[in-house]
Amino acid sequence: MAEQDDSTRFAGYAHPERLVSTEWLAEHLGDEGLVVIESDEDVLLYETGHIPGAVKVDWHTDLNDPVTRDYIDGEAFAALFGRLGIDRDATLVVYGDKSNWWAAYALWVFTLFGHEDVRLLDGGRAKWIAEDRAVTRDATVRTPTEYPVVERDDSQVRAFREDVLDHFGAPLIDVRSPLEYSGARTTAPEYPEESALRGGHIPTAQNVPWAKAAAEDGTFKGRADLQAIYQDGAGLRPGDDVIAYCRIGERSSHTWFVLTHLLGYDKVRNYDGSWTEWGSAVRVPIVQGDQPGEVPSAR
Amino acid sequence: MSTPAALEAIREEFLAVEPRERLLLLLEYADDLPPLPERYGDSPELLERVPECQAPVFVKAEVAEGVVHVHATAPAEAPTTRGFASVLAHGLEGLSRDEALAVPDDFPDTLGLTVAVSPLRLRGMSGMLARIKRQLREA
Repeated sequence: MAEQDDSTRFAGYAHPERLVSTEWLAEHLGDEGLVVIESDEDVLLYETGHIPGAVKVDWHTDLNDPVTRDYIDGEAFAALFGRLGIDRDATLVVYGDKSNWWAAYALWVFTLFGHEDVRLLDGGRAKWIAEDRAVTRDATVRTPTEYPVVERDDSQVRAFREDVLDHFGAPLIDVRSPLEYSGARTTAPEYPEESALRGGHIPTAQNVPWAKAAAEDGTFKGRADLQAIYQDGAGLRPGDDVIAYCRIGERSSHTWFVLTHLLGYDKVRNYDGSWTEWGSAVRVPIVQGDQPGEVPSAR
Repeated sequence: MSTPAALEAIREEFLAVEPRERLLLLLEYADDLPPLPERYGDSPELLERVPECQAPVFVKAEVAEGVVHVHATAPAEAPTTRGFASVLAHGLEGLSRDEALAVPDDFPDTLGLTVAVSPLRLRGMSGMLARIKRQLREA
């Protein structure tokens, strides 16, 4: 396990060991037991130039089961990490485009498989490149490993539709854009409209667009700012049991990371079915408009 | 409907290599997307946004002296989208309008990229082709 980044910048977070800075990574590239993983929205972005030695994990083609709407199983995950040359005790530093939106998603999936030491590169791909640090198109060659087959544990950080129905009364965070929350759109502005038959949000969900947690340069905001956003703004109290969702669970992985690792909430689940499931499901309650709405009465 | 020779050649190029290599071929196309003619560079509003693509991509198809030209622009951070645009720009360049309109709508699905790129992302290329053909019909 690699040493942690002791930058004072991270000291205020609940779990500062979950972040590394670009400076730290530049110094530790090539360290024994450290694997750098790039995960982007665009399946080819890694190939245009990546951090030297980094391997690629694509959310769509690597982490999703190709048939069932679910994540890959333990055997497929072991095959993936084995092919990438990752040991079970390796320190993983994950980075990507869009303020680590997809990197956080990959990290969350790695968490489902209990890979312990997973960290994000604060500021992600954009910050690394803005600082003129090394990138290469050279293919990364790592010796394959025998990664153990670990059963995916969906019970701790993942929520299903039934869990959300049982959760009413406890906080829900909708991390989509205000237009998606109100029901004017079913996908983020600038993105294709697809996949949900109804617009709106899950009753009582507070709208906190995921990117509020990111500063201009894509790094995470400091703890005080994050507390102002999620506690003063969205009304979360310490110790709350929280479910976050978005459209397919990727943006809400970013918020899951913030709440869990930066603010220290230990009961946060990501509802990856999210709006593409809820907005098309039969007879689930929906609220439209900019107000959270009331706890629905039982049917 | 029939696929014109240049597009057919591009398809054969993709199908001749392993799925993972196809991504690298798409990257070559992304690198090779022709720059916008200056008259469009100064006036991006003359181009049409392709909302089926996640990345901001704009296309303009035109017929000049009976010959089709396709121009497109997409950011460097969206190489997949750039690759799609480049395949279409190269494959349609110099055709007659009728030849370009005869390109099958499902051409993007026949490049063997479904596994490597995912069907969701390929939808962006289909959207691009549909918009190019509509512009050509109106041109």
